[in-house]
Formats: sequence, C-alpha cells, structure tokens
Amino acid sequence: MSTVDAFTPTFRPGSDPYRLGHGPGEVHGLARGRGEGGPASKRVIVGYGFWIFLLSDIVMFSAFFAAHAVLQTATAGGPTGRDLFDPTSVALETACLLASSFTCGMSAVATGARSQLWTQVFLAVTGLLGAAFLALEAHDFAGMVAAGAGPQRSAFLSSFFALVGCHGLHVTAGLLWLGTMMAQVFVKGFRPAILRRLLCFNLFWHVLDIIWIALFTMVYLIGEGR
Amino acid sequence: MTDESQPYEGDDIAPGVTEAAGYSVREGIQSYAIGLVLAALLTAASFYTVRTSLIWGPGIPIMLVMLAVAQMGVHLVFFLHITSDPDNTNNALALAFGVLIVLLVIGGSLWIMANLNDRVMPAGEIQQRMMQMQR
Repeated sequence: MSTVDAFTPTFRPGSDPYRLGHGPGEVHGLARGRGEGGPASKRVIVGYGFWIFLLSDIVMFSAFFAAHAVLQTATAGGPTGRDLFDPTSVALETACLLASSFTCGMSAVATGARSQLWTQVFLAVTGLLGAAFLALEAHDFAGMVAAGAGPQRSAFLSSFFALVGCHGLHVTAGLLWLGTMMAQVFVKGFRPAILRRLLCFNLFWHVLDIIWIALFTMVYLIGEGR
Repeated sequence: MTDESQPYEGDDIAPGVTEAAGYSVREGIQSYAIGLVLAALLTAASFYTVRTSLIWGPGIPIMLVMLAVAQMGVHLVFFLHITSDPDNTNNALALAFGVLIVLLVIGGSLWIMANLNDRVMPAGEIQQRMMQMQR
C-alpha cells in the first residue's frame, strides 16, 4: 500500500520537505527575513547594521547637543549667539546641505537605473554642495575666531565649536567617502558590494542632513533668541 | 560569497533602497522631489518663525522644535525610506530606541541642570551674605 508513502516525504540533501520556516500557503521567497521565508538578503542586513551605527552616531551627537543646550547661556560676559551668528550664512549652509541631500537621492535613483554617467554626475554635485557647505562653515569659524570668539572664550563657545565642528568633521569624512565611492563605481561598476556601499553612503549623507536640522534649529534659530 | 554571484533580487527593501520590484526612475525622482519641497517649506517656515512677530515670543522655540521634528520625519520617510514596510520593521524599532536614548540624554541633562541652577545661589548673592556676616 502506498498510504504511508503519501505522508512520508522524500528526503533529499538540501530539500525542505516540511517547508520549515515557511508560512502556510506562502509563496516561496516572498517573505524573506521575517522568520518565514529564510534569511534576509545581505542588502537588508547591511542596511540594518549601518543604520544601527548611524543611530549610535546620533546618540553621540545627542550628548554634544545636551552640553550645548545646558551651556547656551553660559557666555561668561562674552559675545552671545545673537552677536555672532549671521542668519544669511546659516540659511545658505542649510540650503547647500538640503540640496546635496536631494542630489544624493538622485544619485541613488541613477544607481537604481544602472546609469554610470548620472550616478557620477549627481555624486559630483553632492560633493560640490557639501564642499560649499564646509567652505561657508570654515569662513564663519575663521571670522568668529578672528573676532576673539574662539572656543576658549566661554563655555557657550566651547560647546558650540565642539558640536558644530563635530558635524563639520562628519561632513568632511562624508566627502572623502564620496570621492572613494565615485572612484569605485568608475573602476568596478555596479557590483553587489559596490551597491551596498553606495546604500550605506546614502544613509550616512541623509543622516548628516537630519543632524543639521536639529543643529540649525537649536544652535542658530533658538540660540539667536536667547 | 555566494551572494556576490547572484543577481540582485528585487523583493526586499532597506532604507535608501530604490531598487524594489516594480521600481521606476520616475517614481524615484517624484518621491525625492516631494521630500525636497516639503523639507524646503519646513526650513523656510523655521527661518520665518524667528523673524516674524506673528507668534508670541515664548512660543517661538516650541514652534521651531515642532517644525524641526516634522522636517526630520520628512527626511526619514522620503530620503531614508524608513517606512512601515515589513522589511523595515527592525530599522523602525532601532530608530524608536535611538529616539528614546536621545530624548533621555537631552531632556535629562536639561532637567537636571535647570534644577541645579535653581538650587545654587547666584555669585552676587553669596558675596552679599558674606558682607552681612562680617558686619
């Protein structure tokens, strides 16, 4: 009789006769990474891991933000934010960074379409906007230090230079990474590993812009009113 | 790695991924453009809030924080692609935990330091008391 055979699946190496790890009636492969369709793709895992790093970076920034928020009025008789900050320059820096975030997104779209030319063009524009942001910020810093409002003047200015300088260093690191990615895309093309690196770079650059939102709001706009 | 040799499968979406199944360049550009317009409007509103006399003075910081949080939301959804998508559950949960820590660090610091400032006598007052005691 073959009644037993109907309930006894045939075992082959690597086969999954009982469909372990698959939901009932679920089409194979459509629910990966959620406990029912096998492990998530490497791309999802890499994105998650880098997101964790970025969140830890945000937590580090939150400590700088907390220090600055506490010390914002500790000017030790020195210049206040109202005396020092140039709203036009801050607005220009904000515009540069927001535009660069957009062009970075455009480069991701170009990568999705596997267009080498447009990926490079948008990455280059992103880099130029980032460099413009850094130039404006360096100019502001130089002006403040020349006016005797360097980081050693007051606790307010120490925390200001630490916080804004830390963001500036991140942008600088981002620019170096961006240059590396342009070279890698040019030489190696759109390999899976390169695509994952581009994904991580995109996440990094967008997070820098999110930190800048908090920064211009708290340091410059609220700081001006104090 | 075996993954390297396999062609990309378009059924998974991570933040920043623009290569989901059925993805089109036009939709991608549209999504980023919507994000850019919303972010630009919110930024402009922030800078306007500081200049205008429409809003009651002490309310301005609250308005600014609100606009900033809204803009961060726009960036998360349109630029970082943190959505309610099943593949994004872990990312969203990690973000929630990150937000919790950030709120604890910043809010806690402000709270504690404001309390300490209240309890510590201003320097001028200390000098006055000293003078009174010497008399």
